[in-house]
Amino acid sequence: MSENHDAESSNNLPAPIEEPIANPGLAPHKPRPTDIDPRAERRAERQVAAFFIASMVCAVLFCVAYFTLDIKDETDTFIGLGASNVALGATLGLALMFIGIGIIHWARKLMGDVEISEQRHPAASSEEDREATLAALSAGLEESGIGRRPLIRNTMIGALGFVGLPLIVGLRDLGPLPGKKLERTVWKKDTRIVRDVTGTPVRPEQLEVGDLMNAQPEGLVTPHSEEIEKEGHSRGVEYLEGVDLQVEKSKSSVILLRMEPKDQTFSKRSPENWSVNGIVAFSKICTHVGCPISLNEQQSHHLLCPCHQSTFDLADGGRVVFGPAARPLPQLPLKISEDGYLVAQSGFLEPVGPSYWERDSE
Amino acid sequence: MSSTSNVAGSVASTNGTTASTAKKQGRGAKVVGWADERLGLATAAKKNLRKVFPDHWSFMLGEIALWSFVVLLITGVFLTFWFKPSMAEVQYFGSYSELNGMHMSEAFKSTLDISFDVRGGLMVRQMHHWAAMLFIAAMLVHMARVFLTGAFRKPREINWIIGGVLILLGIVEGFAGYSLPDDLLSGTGLRIADGMVKSTPVVGTYMSFFMFGGEFPGDVIVPRLYMAHILLIPGLILALIAAHMLLLVYHKHTQWPGPGRTEENVVGFPMLPVYMAKAGGFFFIVFGTCALMGGLLTINPVWKYGPYDPSKVTAGSQPDWYMGIAEGMLRIMPPWETHLWGHTLSWNIFVPGEVLPIVLLAMVLAWPFLEAWVTGDKREHHLLQRPRNAPVRTAFLVAMMSLYGLLWAAGGNDVLAVLFHLNLNHITYFMRGAVFIIPVLVFIFTKRWCISLQRHDNEKLLHGYETGIIMRSPEGGYSERHLPISEESAYTLTARDRDEIYVQGSDVDENGVAAPGGKLAGLRAKLSLGMFGDNVQKPTAEELEEGHHHAEEEHALEAGLDHSADGHQFDGRHEVEGEALRGGH
Ligand code: HEM
Ligand code: FES
Repeated sequence: MSENHDAESSNNLPAPIEEPIANPGLAPHKPRPTDIDPRAERRAERQVAAFFIASMVCAVLFCVAYFTLDIKDETDTFIGLGASNVALGATLGLALMFIGIGIIHWARKLMGDVEISEQRHPAASSEEDREATLAALSAGLEESGIGRRPLIRNTMIGALGFVGLPLIVGLRDLGPLPGKKLERTVWKKDTRIVRDVTGTPVRPEQLEVGDLMNAQPEGLVTPHSEEIEKEGHSRGVEYLEGVDLQVEKSKSSVILLRMEPKDQTFSKRSPENWSVNGIVAFSKICTHVGCPISLNEQQSHHLLCPCHQSTFDLADGGRVVFGPAARPLPQLPLKISEDGYLVAQSGFLEPVGPSYWERDSE
Repeated sequence: MSSTSNVAGSVASTNGTTASTAKKQGRGAKVVGWADERLGLATAAKKNLRKVFPDHWSFMLGEIALWSFVVLLITGVFLTFWFKPSMAEVQYFGSYSELNGMHMSEAFKSTLDISFDVRGGLMVRQMHHWAAMLFIAAMLVHMARVFLTGAFRKPREINWIIGGVLILLGIVEGFAGYSLPDDLLSGTGLRIADGMVKSTPVVGTYMSFFMFGGEFPGDVIVPRLYMAHILLIPGLILALIAAHMLLLVYHKHTQWPGPGRTEENVVGFPMLPVYMAKAGGFFFIVFGTCALMGGLLTINPVWKYGPYDPSKVTAGSQPDWYMGIAEGMLRIMPPWETHLWGHTLSWNIFVPGEVLPIVLLAMVLAWPFLEAWVTGDKREHHLLQRPRNAPVRTAFLVAMMSLYGLLWAAGGNDVLAVLFHLNLNHITYFMRGAVFIIPVLVFIFTKRWCISLQRHDNEKLLHGYETGIIMRSPEGGYSERHLPISEESAYTLTARDRDEIYVQGSDVDENGVAAPGGKLAGLRAKLSLGMFGDNVQKPTAEELEEGHHHAEEEHALEAGLDHSADGHQFDGRHEVEGEALRGGH
């Protein structure tokens, strides 16, 4: 395998194998029972036909199952799969399988099983063909004069390049520019914290020590009770819907946790006056790639992201204690409003969710 | 060679009555004539109808991939009749009472409708998903087969690259499809994809906004992915599969070495009828298997997850298995992030999410060229190599497979922790080290193993195979009796190249002057030594002669015991290759 195969023509030849034992040649064909025994042959014929008939039966059964079995609320019947689903799958599957088995059985038992040999040719074309192609190519290029007229050639290359611009610019309207959108959430001064499901506001005394609550800014959850909704409207709350709601939920969702104030560690990024009687609010959106965080370890105040298991310590400013997330969870500063509900002192002081290039904070 | 007489024999040995053939031919000839007058296809068809395809079970893997793609096309078209790729919010009132009254996207609602209100719809949805699993799995195993047997060598490098791109497209297509139903898991998958896109330096945020038409999740991603899923990517896949098949036909399939099989020929069954029947029959088996799975095995029960809500997630959320390694890398990556001049660079996401997958793919695609450069081999290769005869290559793939397995396990570390009552953090710490150490150990072990198998082959050639019969010599010593292997088996074992190790400066130019071999020659020599230095070469004719001589002498001593003690080597179609699998004779 050294370089002595370098000569152009031998390049494309297949590798000859140096053979310490001479190639004994193709073994003689051994006849199968079906080749010599007419009874075996007829039996195989009947078997193949039987497979095809079985397939037809299954196809008919499929139609019967289709029209007779009900599919409404399928999951209740038949080990959670649904009778119609099981019957249709089984009959269609067998109808197809029997065709396949029949054909393969036919090929193995009855079609000729003599191996034949065919010569290979090098992948490359013959030397003459290659030369003829090269000659045609250079004749064509010569006649076009592309080599002799650099002005035309260069401007053409330029034009082809510039035509790429409309193709790229045309994609501009795929979406709006990011601007500062990722830095903002609906949280602002005095936004009420409401329960995730019912949309009711939260009083501090409703949380026991150790309680964890999924919460949202008021306006993201349409309250179950119409009274609360009306009262919200009267204070100018707008209830979001559709895309806006989905986008906002992916940024503004928070988690409330109440712990013993003595368990808390305060720091510059999590000052004491951001929590209320041991109640803290943190962004629910993981700082790794943005899954909503949900799993709570009761004793340790640790919160685990189910996506890649980043773990955050809510008693210590949302610090990352484990996993691939690089930044603590942003904390929402809390206070109690005049009417006794938990509200935000301000919005988040840093962008929530996953990192991105323009993000400008530690 | 007997092949010419065999060709004649094949006609005679086909079954069927002459009379009916003659009648059919008359009609057939007419049809062929009509078509040929318009299409002129007979010239091409004449060569290809009886084109020879060699037979081996491992050649079926690519076929599984091909047929599952056809199943995907068929079931996918069926799904498009009912699926609505829209993220508009609707309220559900349908057959699945548990979600009645829920707000959800139209995409999710139509997926529920396909599952509960279209007869056979759930089966087809599940068939589609199972076929997708099968498609990607079959491609990966097929690729491993091609790699292990050296089928990627010249002239097939381009097909190797096409195959690699097909796997990439298949995975992207699968992810796009997985995202369409807009259920809780698919939305979570998109959320993760969004986070990965955002981690791209400089342009990440823009890419995310352009993908989602604004901030995540927006309301355009499902329609956009739908277009990619049913038109763009399947179109690309189809075109690449066509190119893959055309090249396959042009190069003709590789074959295993053996009696009568050489680099210059291809031995097997003709396309028409045997290969066509077997391949066609196999299509129905793959299709039928998918239908059975679609009917009997639940997959992606989106109604249990519920519609996507960016503030919700389920524990143990897992992507489809083929995303497992990206998931694993993402999970075990240490939390590294750099803040510089008001910018954030997230190594912890960017490296495992974008850099490493590209590096891994590039490495796989580059292998044929790397190997060809090291060996300096420019010849065509049509005979396959047994994995053991390329120990470094085999060991590399097995090491990669162990890495794949580890990352996959790391991608399910939460599941493992629950299953085996382990500490999640410990699993992760273990994995961080294991992904570097275990593949290396696996590499060394596999290489050793291959080489000992090579040695074992040589033993068989020189001394025959172990019969399992223990002999007691007149002196009281015990030895195992060896019998020579058949000529065919012996030939098959020796039908391989000798490895040549490149030595720097060994090249000679036209004038007979030693050529230094360029700047990288030193590296090439080192790689060559590493790749082939430890390999065991097949015996030469003289060594074989001597070995047989020795065996004959021994045989004379053992006179009295006849061959009847063991018949494996004579049992008809059985090849010696299989013997090793049976525990080594
Ligand atoms: C390489 C090929 C393909 C792969 C790997 C693939 C994979 C997938 C997967 C994993 C899903 C999610 C299924 C689920 O609901 O559980 C899906 C959904 C879907 N696929 Fe494909 N697919 C492929 C080709 C196609 C083609 C060619 C079409 C149509 C022409 C198609 C149409 C659809 C539709 C309409 C859905 C949504 C159905 C639903 O959610 O109920 N797919 N695909
Ligand atoms: S998204 Fe939370 S750990 Fe990855």
